[in-house]
Amino acid sequence: MIDQFVIPLLKILIVLNATLVGVTYMVLLERKVIAWAQSRLGPMRVGPYGVLQPVADAIKLMLKEDITPTKADRWVFTVAPIISMVPALIVYAVIPFGPVVRLFGRDVSLYITDINVGLLYIVSVASVGVYGIILAGYASNSKFPLLSSLRASAQLISYEVAVTLTLVSVILMSGSLSMVSIVDSQYNARVWFAFVQPVAFVIFFIGGLAETNRAPFDLPEAEQELTGGFHTEYSGMRFALFFLAEYANMIVVSSVATTLFFGGWLRPFPNVAALHFLDVLPSWTWFLLKSFVFLYIFIWVRATLPRYRYDQLMRLGWKVLIPLAIANLVVTGIVKVMLF
Amino acid sequence: METPSTIHGAMFDTSELVINMGPQHPSTHGVLRVILRLDGEKVVDAEVVIGYLHRGIEKLSENRNWTQIILLTDRMDYVAAATSNVGYCETVEKLMQIDVPRRAKYIRTVLMELQRIASHCLWVGTHAMDIGAMTVFLYAFRERELILDLFEEFCGARLTYNSMRIGGLPQDIPPGWDKKVLAFCDIMDAKVDEYETLLTHNRIWLERTKGIGVIGGAEAAGLGLCGPALRGSGVARDVRKDEPYAAYDEMDFDVPVGVAGDTYDRYLVRMEEFRQSLRIIRQATEGIPEGPIVGKVPRLIKPAAGETYHAIESPKGELGYFIVSDGKSTNPYRFRVRPPSFCNLQALPRLVRGHLVADVVALIGSIDIVLGEVDR
Amino acid sequence: MAEAITFYTIAACILGFAALVVTTKDTVHSVLFLVLDFLFVAALYVMLGAQFLAAIQILVYAGGIVVLYLFVVMLVNLKRAPEAHQDPHRLSKLGFGLACAVLIELGVIIVSGYMKAPPAALAAPAVLPVSGNTEQVGWLLYTSYLIPFEIASMLLLVAMIGAIVLAKREL
Repeated sequence: MIDQFVIPLLKILIVLNATLVGVTYMVLLERKVIAWAQSRLGPMRVGPYGVLQPVADAIKLMLKEDITPTKADRWVFTVAPIISMVPALIVYAVIPFGPVVRLFGRDVSLYITDINVGLLYIVSVASVGVYGIILAGYASNSKFPLLSSLRASAQLISYEVAVTLTLVSVILMSGSLSMVSIVDSQYNARVWFAFVQPVAFVIFFIGGLAETNRAPFDLPEAEQELTGGFHTEYSGMRFALFFLAEYANMIVVSSVATTLFFGGWLRPFPNVAALHFLDVLPSWTWFLLKSFVFLYIFIWVRATLPRYRYDQLMRLGWKVLIPLAIANLVVTGIVKVMLF
Repeated sequence: METPSTIHGAMFDTSELVINMGPQHPSTHGVLRVILRLDGEKVVDAEVVIGYLHRGIEKLSENRNWTQIILLTDRMDYVAAATSNVGYCETVEKLMQIDVPRRAKYIRTVLMELQRIASHCLWVGTHAMDIGAMTVFLYAFRERELILDLFEEFCGARLTYNSMRIGGLPQDIPPGWDKKVLAFCDIMDAKVDEYETLLTHNRIWLERTKGIGVIGGAEAAGLGLCGPALRGSGVARDVRKDEPYAAYDEMDFDVPVGVAGDTYDRYLVRMEEFRQSLRIIRQATEGIPEGPIVGKVPRLIKPAAGETYHAIESPKGELGYFIVSDGKSTNPYRFRVRPPSFCNLQALPRLVRGHLVADVVALIGSIDIVLGEVDR
Repeated sequence: MAEAITFYTIAACILGFAALVVTTKDTVHSVLFLVLDFLFVAALYVMLGAQFLAAIQILVYAGGIVVLYLFVVMLVNLKRAPEAHQDPHRLSKLGFGLACAVLIELGVIIVSGYMKAPPAALAAPAVLPVSGNTEQVGWLLYTSYLIPFEIASMLLLVAMIGAIVLAKREL
């Protein structure tokens, strides 16, 4: 009874809360990191060193007037940000934060569930997130947001292909679709997959940047773009949901990259007994640390690089990344068959 | 070209779309309105609508005496006010045949070159920010602050300096100012390298600027382009070299000239101008001679009847002043400015034709306009 | 027991949404109900133990094909106001007649199928050398169903090339 209902429920609550808090603090983190990169300080007023800024932002957004365009489709207008946010949250059901540990006399696994098609689940759920963007543009009942949202979703779908191909390379390496067994196979192979599949990792990361509409692939939402972005007509909490969804997606991409390419919860050199003292840090902290590094890189890239034009962005996805991913897959397959 | 109000009804049914950019827009660097006619994503034609910042400076000048007009020249190219001041003062000095002492010429040169760096800092910051590299904007403005501090020490203002007088300077440089200028030069060298590290070999920057807005030298000259926009197309025209003024004939510097005439070459020209300006500043600061700072100027400035045109090289291009004096009043009869931004902006429709909408912003930044100058 | 309840709920949702797909006035709403339909079908697959198929259903159908439907519907809607759609009840009698005919046909087939004896041994599912959902599907695809698989991929390739040729302006 307890194992079947209470513990999973508790896990869900913890993960959901942690994610939502994490997402709101990502906003602050981004503002701070970009500010430091630009010789500024970022938010400093609310709370010591601006730490309570997300709380202030949340209160402001919730108190804002809820404006709906007159001829907009009410249902679709309301549902679009929800469709954007939900996939980013439910992906956490399969992400392993750690192995099975002993807590309060029970064996508790540090992941909500481990389904045998975990990776496929992540990819398919992420593909549903595209609807949020398309519907947001459509529901605004205005030509420019619609075209902009169609462009943004075309961008997402194109890079999904490249990302999925790199995931297939990882599946080839680990032999299983389950997230936990991917981490286990990294343990057994004594090497993190990022070192064995560097090309796949780089393509995954670039694809992740494009999937989450982050710089340098953020033309659909840049203010300099003449045709207003897909979220033009949104204000208040709905607008916030879109941006929280973007940050939630960023965290998802970082978590998946950590799990697939950097050993998930494994400490560096997990097979080397001499480094046993590193085990003082519990497994999930290693996971969080690695994810945090990726999030930092996301923000760093935004502060540094200029932005691609839309046609250059699509050309990069289709003409460079997809052939590279396919080549990587072929090479991986050949090497795997011949050597192992 | 029809006005957008007549086009609006037809917006949905044709392959050509008319969209309006500005006058309120983050990337037009002022109140500029560009009406773009698109075929899908390609720009077929562009119409530039200006005048939103027109303040009637030329007409106002007819009611001000010759020294008061210096205040008005500040407000035209407000990003590079010192060069506008100098241009005007030199024009009047040319009309009245006043000799400016060497010390004043050297200090003017230092100030103008500092102004060139400040203007290019603003240019590189906004240009990069339009294309998405927002950090360069903050870095460039940090350096611009250093220059504005120097100017504040000299004349008390940060933006609208009123820092020249007919015949020389209003006051001498404060003691220690030249050391500060040299210290700034040392800092700036490294900073220009920093901007280049972030942009010049960045693949995304190259893709956004190479081959965008290509214009050949002859066509550029024919359209009236001037300044770095013209030099980017391979035409080596720089008023400082061709018709030297102030202390430029005693300075040793090069004029960077581009090859391909695209946005990237215009960018490279201006980046190299940073370095050449630093070179000039060092030479001029180290060589400031002793002497008076104002020449022999009559108490009441009342030029004899006549007209003259004089041009200088402002950071945006050839800035010319044409003044007509009727010899009877203390106000000019006619005061006409040849603003480089206005002439460069004429080339915008030609440059954007055939490019995508996202390139329009890059091209406006590449021409480097200041609306105060365009509209006066 | 719980399984039966779940099955009937999901089946009711599927049928309900399918009915809504054809009866809604707004085309975009219709496509959205189709997406919901596919999601519930994926839930059915999970109930049957075919998790791989469920994930692929969402990934390919709901996340790919219907997105394209949505693109097309939105771009077409862009040019025509919804009021210009024709009266959806115009040919209802014909539609009703056709539906009855198909229903009678299906009924005849099913009833006559029950009348005959079921075939002696439904080909016993081959014992596959791999276990696990994905692995079994993969094994079958590449051994028993290799030719259909290759033909399907050829078909997709031809469709892709056709789309590019139709849509390009200059190569």
